[in-house]
Amino acid sequence: MATSPQTSLRSPLGRVRGLGSAKEGTHHWWAQRVTAVALIPITAWIVYSLLSLAGGDYIDYLGWVRNPVNSTLIILLVAVGFHHAQLGLQVVIEDYVSGHALRVVSVLAVKLLCAALAALCIVSVLIVAFGG
Amino acid sequence: MVELSLPKNSQIKPGKSHKAAPGAKNIRNFKVYRYDPDTGDNPRLDTYEVDMDTCGPMVLDGLLKIKDEMDQTLTLRRSCREGICGSCAMNIDGRNTLACLKPIEECSGDVKVYPLPHMPVVKDLVPDLTHVYAQYASIEPWMKADTPAPPTAERKQSPEERAKLDGLWECILCFCCSTSCPSYWWNSDRYLGPAILLQAARWINDSRDEATGERLDNLEDPFRLYRCHTIMNCTQTCPKGLNPAKAIADIKMKMVERQG
Repeated sequence: MATSPQTSLRSPLGRVRGLGSAKEGTHHWWAQRVTAVALIPITAWIVYSLLSLAGGDYIDYLGWVRNPVNSTLIILLVAVGFHHAQLGLQVVIEDYVSGHALRVVSVLAVKLLCAALAALCIVSVLIVAFGG
Repeated sequence: MVELSLPKNSQIKPGKSHKAAPGAKNIRNFKVYRYDPDTGDNPRLDTYEVDMDTCGPMVLDGLLKIKDEMDQTLTLRRSCREGICGSCAMNIDGRNTLACLKPIEECSGDVKVYPLPHMPVVKDLVPDLTHVYAQYASIEPWMKADTPAPPTAERKQSPEERAKLDGLWECILCFCCSTSCPSYWWNSDRYLGPAILLQAARWINDSRDEATGERLDNLEDPFRLYRCHTIMNCTQTCPKGLNPAKAIADIKMKMVERQG
């Protein structure tokens, strides 16, 4: 228990009620499941596509990314994938990091990192898709 | 952060050995966790040679034989000896269960007996349940209704509505499930744990209760409810064969359902 009974004279019920319920958490939990399900077909598609491209040269890959359906699906994979990763990592941090300040900073850092990596991937796909 | 090793004053030392009476032929070793807060000593693991020819079949029989005939200082909770009071919940042979329902025969090798994991220990096999009882009180486990009960009759419930309480009302609050849950170990200060969430589901699913939304409001929290990651230790260990993981999943589905 984080709050040791020896260091507080607050009643056990007062400690349990604490600051009350956050009235949220459902959206996070549901989004994690929805993104997980969404990743199943997109991941199957990317694996299938890369296998069919195996042995191809630069031009083959370039043509593949420039196809609007393919570039759209790659961007969706990146967006959904990093969103799912961020949601999952947040749960891990909330499980194992117990200090409030450290927990908030870690969650924010993960969110920032995932958003930055997703943006980098998407911009890269767009540059290739639109030619450069 | 999570502490992966026990603090120095909690590390378990080898303890005393208690021999069976001379002439005992059918001996089974009981290894029992002992802790006495009055001595300031570390916890220790005592060994008792129990004569199985004069002992009942359950682990509780063995522990009571030890207390009666070998070592009166052994402290444990027990009452009904038939799996309905939940007092003798402890960790036996590596699994949380009721000592009165666990046959000695089913234990492999020495019978290893520890208190429920990750709870403060009052003495020997007696855990401090103050916090988990406060968590139980926090879900307000009683009927809440604004509609007055009929003056001359009970509040009615159809057989189908009553059936929704099956698998929930049987819980005896032994806390084998909550103390088997890693999420509860790490975050019991805020996570309510399987036992309390199953009890919450018992009231959320009661057709006579009129505070369902208020109850869901109080649970909707990243820690109180959503620390459950469907690890399933709760369901695997429940000595009454209940399914707290499913009760928690039902609560989560109701949370989604009321959003649109």
